[in-house]
Amino acid sequence: MHIVVVGLSHKTAPVEIREKLAVPESRMGEALTRLCSYQGVREGILLSTCNRVEVYAVVDEIEAGYGRIQDFLADAHLSLSSEQLTPHMYWHQGDRAISHLFRVASSLDSMIVGESQILGQIKEAFDVALTHKTTGIILNKVVKKAISVAKRVRTETKIAEMAVSVSYAAVELAKKIFSDLSEKTVLLVGAGEMAKLAARHFIASGVRHVRVTTRNPQHALELANRFGGIAVAFEEFREDMASADIVLVSTGAAHYLVSEDDVQRSIKQRMNRPMFLIDISVPRNIDPAVRHVDNAFLFDIDDLKARVEQNRGGRLQEAEKAERMVVDEVVIVRQWLQSLEVTPTIMALRMRVDDIKRAEVEKTLGRLANLSAPERELVEAMASSIVNKLIHNTMVTLKAEVNSSEGAAFVEAARRFFSLSDPAVSNVNGSASSASETGHSSQEDIRNTEEATPRAGSKMPDH
Amino acid sequence: MAAMFFVVTMALYFAATVSYLAYLLRPSEALSKVSLGMTAIGFTSHTIALVARMVGATDVSPPGFQEALSFVSWMLILVFLVVEYRHRLHVLGSFIVPLALVSLVSAAALPETVPTLTPMFHTLWVHITLSMLGTVGFAIAFVAGLMYLIQDGLLKSKRFNVLYSKLPALDFLDHLNQQSIVTGFPLLTLGIITGALSAEFSRGSYLNWNPEQTWAVVTWIFYFVVLMGRLTVGWRAKRAAYLTIIGFAGVILTLIGVVLKSHGPVS
Repeated sequence: MHIVVVGLSHKTAPVEIREKLAVPESRMGEALTRLCSYQGVREGILLSTCNRVEVYAVVDEIEAGYGRIQDFLADAHLSLSSEQLTPHMYWHQGDRAISHLFRVASSLDSMIVGESQILGQIKEAFDVALTHKTTGIILNKVVKKAISVAKRVRTETKIAEMAVSVSYAAVELAKKIFSDLSEKTVLLVGAGEMAKLAARHFIASGVRHVRVTTRNPQHALELANRFGGIAVAFEEFREDMASADIVLVSTGAAHYLVSEDDVQRSIKQRMNRPMFLIDISVPRNIDPAVRHVDNAFLFDIDDLKARVEQNRGGRLQEAEKAERMVVDEVVIVRQWLQSLEVTPTIMALRMRVDDIKRAEVEKTLGRLANLSAPERELVEAMASSIVNKLIHNTMVTLKAEVNSSEGAAFVEAARRFFSLSDPAVSNVNGSASSASETGHSSQEDIRNTEEATPRAGSKMPDH
Repeated sequence: MAAMFFVVTMALYFAATVSYLAYLLRPSEALSKVSLGMTAIGFTSHTIALVARMVGATDVSPPGFQEALSFVSWMLILVFLVVEYRHRLHVLGSFIVPLALVSLVSAAALPETVPTLTPMFHTLWVHITLSMLGTVGFAIAFVAGLMYLIQDGLLKSKRFNVLYSKLPALDFLDHLNQQSIVTGFPLLTLGIITGALSAEFSRGSYLNWNPEQTWAVVTWIFYFVVLMGRLTVGWRAKRAAYLTIIGFAGVILTLIGVVLKSHGPVS
């Protein structure tokens, strides 16, 4: 059983290839079912966005698995052969596959590092897989973990806070002037692409009141409709400016449309409520002298670009922090995966019951001091026989199910029932391993079991 | 016991001040947690000290100036902890905790004062408590104004440094400024009225224009104008920030007036 990822992304494949492989939402379930019908593919999840198409799967054999998944991807499109895909693909297994998923979920592998869409897309892909039952114990845990890692990265680093596009930068600056954008009004002057984008970002950030003005009244109406706002006559927008908290200007005019006096007057009408003016036009449309007006904050395209550059540097630093988190989290998942292997589980089970047997025999023999040697042997033999019979079926089942699709679940169950500690923990704690496997008092066992039970379904054990 | 807790409190507030000031300049979030922890422990110790002193007091004599300042310091931290809890505004600590420390240290540095008025129906208690609560309101307004001016300056000059990222939005600071004055002003008004009543009871005159009373009246008029200006002609934002900083100077002068009254030539 191995976790693998096979796929391509904006880093390895051009959009012409990516769009051919992309699986539309409507055909997602069918594709997943087909994926899991390939021999040796036990679990699978398909992530298809405009920037990546990836298959995460649990396979019996790595190389064979790689080949089948690549065939599966090529099959989706008739005009592509598996060989044609090869130069654009990447293949990872084990830790690297897990780490890849965590990085993707945390948006460290995204085109815009720190963007938040990808997490939602992973959740959707996971939901589809759950609906079609194509994931099992391993991918369920790993994907859930990826989602929690992504959330941790978002809350513990500032990766998502930093604006790396000009229009995001405008929103970020506005948030330093207005704490609640939802009650604020944006006035969009002109229909430059950047300004429209910025207006969209403001609306996405909660702004509900939009006013639009352009030289062409028809155009203003259309835009107003699109943004759910109100059109304002171009000749009157200077008088209307006082009603706007945020003014976005981007027209083709070759001269200043907004003067210092206009802004001064608006601020006065607003009873000194601050105003945020963004001039995205080149040449500029707002007189730079507006900077001298109290409570008016003017930013032009260069100011916004400078802010973006600054954030880019900061984001790299935050990304490094996030990468370290991913490494830590992969270790935790690896430990859990190791615990699912059959052989160490059987050994642990053997040791566990032998320990119990030895302790109980010693206790009993201690009380029966006057037994003869053969009698003592008889007692020991009886204890061994009881213990062996008790675990016999478990052992046989574990061995039998090792290659079945539910093998991991059986191992997990056996570990719970016999409260076998995680073998991987021993790697971390060094000598503690033998102590935790041999030296349990029965009370400790009960406590461990109690602790283990509530986590049963959903969470990874946190070490 | 109270004395020991005061020393502990002062040491903790001092440490928190140093660490909060370092937090202003460094992007570390851990620093804010450490500072907050020290402030919270200091506050607990301060509370114990205040309670111990109240329980230990043998008579019901009204609090001296020291205790009044100590109370101001305690209230400042309380308000900070509440705002921090509700808005997660760590940077506020960098401004309020130093102010609380100054208040507490002044309390310790000043010689013990004896109230100049004879207590009557506990009016002096009421007067001192209300005036000090008003003072706390104006102190918060002062801090909000100061933070406003810094953030305004950073935005205007487009210096997006660590401080910029830590300071909250301008309108939040303006709102905090307004709330503090709206709360502080009626308290100060009542404080002045009860002070005048106490003076009438013990001296037979409401007002005799000593430095305390003079500055109190000047401060009251000033804040009245500031408040009216805000509500009617829009003295908000930058202007409000400047005015509340100036107004706080009046508060300080009034407090100095109290000290002068007890120790200086006027009595």
